[in-house]
Amino acid sequence: MNGIRSKSFHIDWFTITLYLLLVFFGYLNILSASTNGTITSLFDLTFPFGKQLIFICLSIIIILLILSIEAKFYERFSSIIYLVAVGGLLGLFFFGKKINGAISWYQLGSLTIQPSEFSKFATALGLAKYISDMQTDMKKLKDQLIAVLIVAVPAFLILLQNDAGSTIIFASLIFVFYREGISKLYIIVSFFLILLTVIALKFETQTAFIGISVLVGIHHFLWKSKKARKKIAFPIIIIGAAMLIISAVNFSFKNILQEHHQDRIGLWLRLEKDPVKLKEMRQNISYNLKESEMAISSGGFRGKGYMQGTRTTGKFVPEQHTDYIFSTVGEEWGFIGSSLVVILFVLLITRLLYLAERQKTQFARVYGYAAASILFMHFLVNIGMVMGLIPTIGIPLPFFSYGGSGLWGFTILLFIFINMDANRLNEW
Amino acid sequence: MRKYLLFGLVVATGICFLSRLYFLQIHQTDTYDINKDNAVKKIFQYPKRGHIYDRNGKLLVANKPSYDIVIIPREVTPFDTVSFCKLLKISKKQFDKNFKRAVRYSPRLPSVFVAHLTKEDYAYFSEKIKQFNGFYAQKRAVRDYQTNIGANVLGYIAEINQNDLNKDPYYKLGDLKGKQGVETSYEMELRGIKGVKYIQKDRYNREIGPYKNGNYDSIPIPGKNITISIDSELQAYGEKLMENKMGGIVAIEPSSGEILCLVSAPSYNPGLLVGRKRSENYTKLYLDTIHRPLVDKGLTRMHPPGSPFKTLVALAALEEEVLSPKENIFCSGAYVYGKKKRRMLCHCGGGYRNMYNAISLSCNSYFANAFRKTINKYTNMEESMDKWSGHMKSFGLGNFLGNDLSVGKKGIMPDGSFYNKWYPDFNWGPTTIISNAIGQGEILVTPIQLANMTAAIANRGYYYTPHIIKSIEDSHIKKDFVSVKQTSINPEHFEPVIAGMSKVFESGTASFLKVPGVEICGKTGTAENFIKIKGEKTQLTDHSIFVAFAPKENPKIALAVLVENGGYGSIWAGRISSLIIEKYLKGTVSLKRMEQLVLSKSLEDEYLKPYMDQPFKINQP
Repeated sequence: MNGIRSKSFHIDWFTITLYLLLVFFGYLNILSASTNGTITSLFDLTFPFGKQLIFICLSIIIILLILSIEAKFYERFSSIIYLVAVGGLLGLFFFGKKINGAISWYQLGSLTIQPSEFSKFATALGLAKYISDMQTDMKKLKDQLIAVLIVAVPAFLILLQNDAGSTIIFASLIFVFYREGISKLYIIVSFFLILLTVIALKFETQTAFIGISVLVGIHHFLWKSKKARKKIAFPIIIIGAAMLIISAVNFSFKNILQEHHQDRIGLWLRLEKDPVKLKEMRQNISYNLKESEMAISSGGFRGKGYMQGTRTTGKFVPEQHTDYIFSTVGEEWGFIGSSLVVILFVLLITRLLYLAERQKTQFARVYGYAAASILFMHFLVNIGMVMGLIPTIGIPLPFFSYGGSGLWGFTILLFIFINMDANRLNEW
Repeated sequence: MRKYLLFGLVVATGICFLSRLYFLQIHQTDTYDINKDNAVKKIFQYPKRGHIYDRNGKLLVANKPSYDIVIIPREVTPFDTVSFCKLLKISKKQFDKNFKRAVRYSPRLPSVFVAHLTKEDYAYFSEKIKQFNGFYAQKRAVRDYQTNIGANVLGYIAEINQNDLNKDPYYKLGDLKGKQGVETSYEMELRGIKGVKYIQKDRYNREIGPYKNGNYDSIPIPGKNITISIDSELQAYGEKLMENKMGGIVAIEPSSGEILCLVSAPSYNPGLLVGRKRSENYTKLYLDTIHRPLVDKGLTRMHPPGSPFKTLVALAALEEEVLSPKENIFCSGAYVYGKKKRRMLCHCGGGYRNMYNAISLSCNSYFANAFRKTINKYTNMEESMDKWSGHMKSFGLGNFLGNDLSVGKKGIMPDGSFYNKWYPDFNWGPTTIISNAIGQGEILVTPIQLANMTAAIANRGYYYTPHIIKSIEDSHIKKDFVSVKQTSINPEHFEPVIAGMSKVFESGTASFLKVPGVEICGKTGTAENFIKIKGEKTQLTDHSIFVAFAPKENPKIALAVLVENGGYGSIWAGRISSLIIEKYLKGTVSLKRMEQLVLSKSLEDEYLKPYMDQPFKINQP
């Protein structure tokens, strides 16, 4: 334990403070959301809040373990950790337990472990290892493909287990690629692809065709120089590609996506024009969303007070202690509490980015960046979903939502980096 | 540049979320209202409705329990319907109808099957209620009338309608609310405040315990008892005298403005509007379009004031100093006016009239002169009419009195602009509107306005707003009711008029109506009235009107009596006035013959005349 003490001077206590605040505040809200009114013991394991307290205690042990190990260890063993994580995901197909239609859990006695939560830091490690390799040049297509493959393997395995939400998280690693040198064209193209997808879904195939053609046409004839204007082939290719993508998007939306995904996206984009039907859809399909929005807005500026939320007490929001935990914050702590949570997350993620940038080794920088990207994606998707800004995607809010695997996964993800950061000045 | 993309996105997301939170929690929502939260159920507990007492402390209206039989159709098991119907006194047909209605409403939720069982009926039923699964009894309180008089005064309570619901969120569907009389004027005091229990529900609509440990719950606050100024004995006597006649009696205590009795005839037993037969009885009363028993005639019947109005004409003339009380005016048996030499007949017998005998003999010519002099005082017609009309209005005519009764009429008291509209060429003068001098013309008043006018004369120049409330438990009556309303007439001018009114009984038109030992001042009135029969204006027998106060000094009672189509003022209205005054001042009635005459008189045939579809004669004794 000597290592910890010498490190403690270099540990970034600011990050740890943010971490502790989030975990503690999260626990308070889980307690409110999962109690039935009388709390006999805080360690009552029949309730989520009791289990969560155990999870938190175990997290502290995990933190101490992580910090006590030499930072070099993670770099050396990153490939192995990555392979173990992939193995863990593969193993689910043989030994996994099905909960809510997803085969994402191992059953260990009374404990369920969700390997996808641990695959996130493992993938970050694996990716950091590969990118920081002397041989790797992220400007080369081959190396880029290998990097994508490292991310895609666990992502794909998770998708096969019917956990599309977690898969989306891996997409956030594109920010890491960008930071480490891929062309900005990729970012621009992905941005336009997302935009095109939304346009395609919102405005049917034909309208989207015409719209895109007109836009590209205007761009070509008004903004390009006379000389460039003669090169007509390029815009035509763009329009062609756009049309292809629009058709493909609409086709796959209708034929590949499952019905509840279609409904969620359809509702988000307000594809149903008839207000009566739309209201019906809101009632039936997005009951959770409607209730969580209502809970949040009923909180008002100051909230109804801790343990005083009527919609939380009445369990109006299903899954409130897990993915919808933010609605408890909204109802009971009001605008003050909810903005505090948002600000804490923004501070934490930007802090991580700042720390990542000051790392001496590329490995640590890539890892830190990956950790920040993953946390950001969770933050964006979860809170965005609970407030109805993006379609419903079931992923937890880091450090906040109920769940052992999630809490541990994020804790490990964060503290491996804190360990690296504390060691950044050490020579090796 | 590469460093800042993600950083920028994180900050942008944060800002985006904060604005969304702002929109959801601050911009979009009103402040949190527990009553609109469907996660919290409210259960109301009803307070006792206040009792109503008369001015002598006699209990008039109390409460009694009433039982509704409630059904939950899903819980009903086969049972003996014959004995069930017998117990509840309903027919099999009615049973089937109610059952279907309950099932249609909801198989799971309770709905009322038979409403308003009396205590006795319920007692029989409750012995056997165990045999009938799915039926429950629900207790609630209804009004228990301790008297069968004063239906128009007391009013009734009934289930609220949509309009009430929209107006006041206090009321919930099925609540009872005062609908007429003091029940509605003093609804706020009588109803008390409902208690409420908040129950937390979960998303399956199950109750999971009291909301916040019952910290927000409240207990019901019982309604306040009120005492009304009605003398129930006098009211009963008045209603008895008015039997078989239509009209109203309004008696006021001049020194306080308290209404001593407010009779509207014909009346009905207030108990009719309680219990199982309520709607049947109500429909019957409502559909009697000849007598309109639900209409309070003392408050809403507008009619020309007739001769009692001459007292005010005299007062206005004195106030404007166009006439002195002793000044003589010659009456030739008719008043001739205008270029066309139109004549207004006079029944006083002719001769020299001063104010005293003009009032006592009700001389038309005298008051036509007085009125004309008053109006001619100013050269501008509109101004002088406004001035005159202002005097009349200061007695409360032509406007709502601001009393605490649920219904009322403004009446009409024309002023200058009224006639400018009436005669668009402005071609009007004192003679055009000379009918006002004798209380005909365009002026319309209600009996309560007449009574109030009489009270103001009795007080020599002021009155209190007439009101029916005497006291409210633990509270005060409206301040306005205890503050003096001055008329625009100087107190000294009242003496000659009152002397004239006293003379009415001594030697005038009401000399045969004397009450031994009481000095009454009064004035007869006979108001011509017309209706349209098949589009033709037809005159009916005159309304009999009488106003009086007594005693002359320190008056205790001022009243106005209207007997519709009763003929000459002193005949019926006058007799009733004397009897009421004697009853109130002495407690007993010595004028037995007069009483007998009034009680035996029925005017039913007068009221049926317009509906008989054949020609008829009027004003026959």
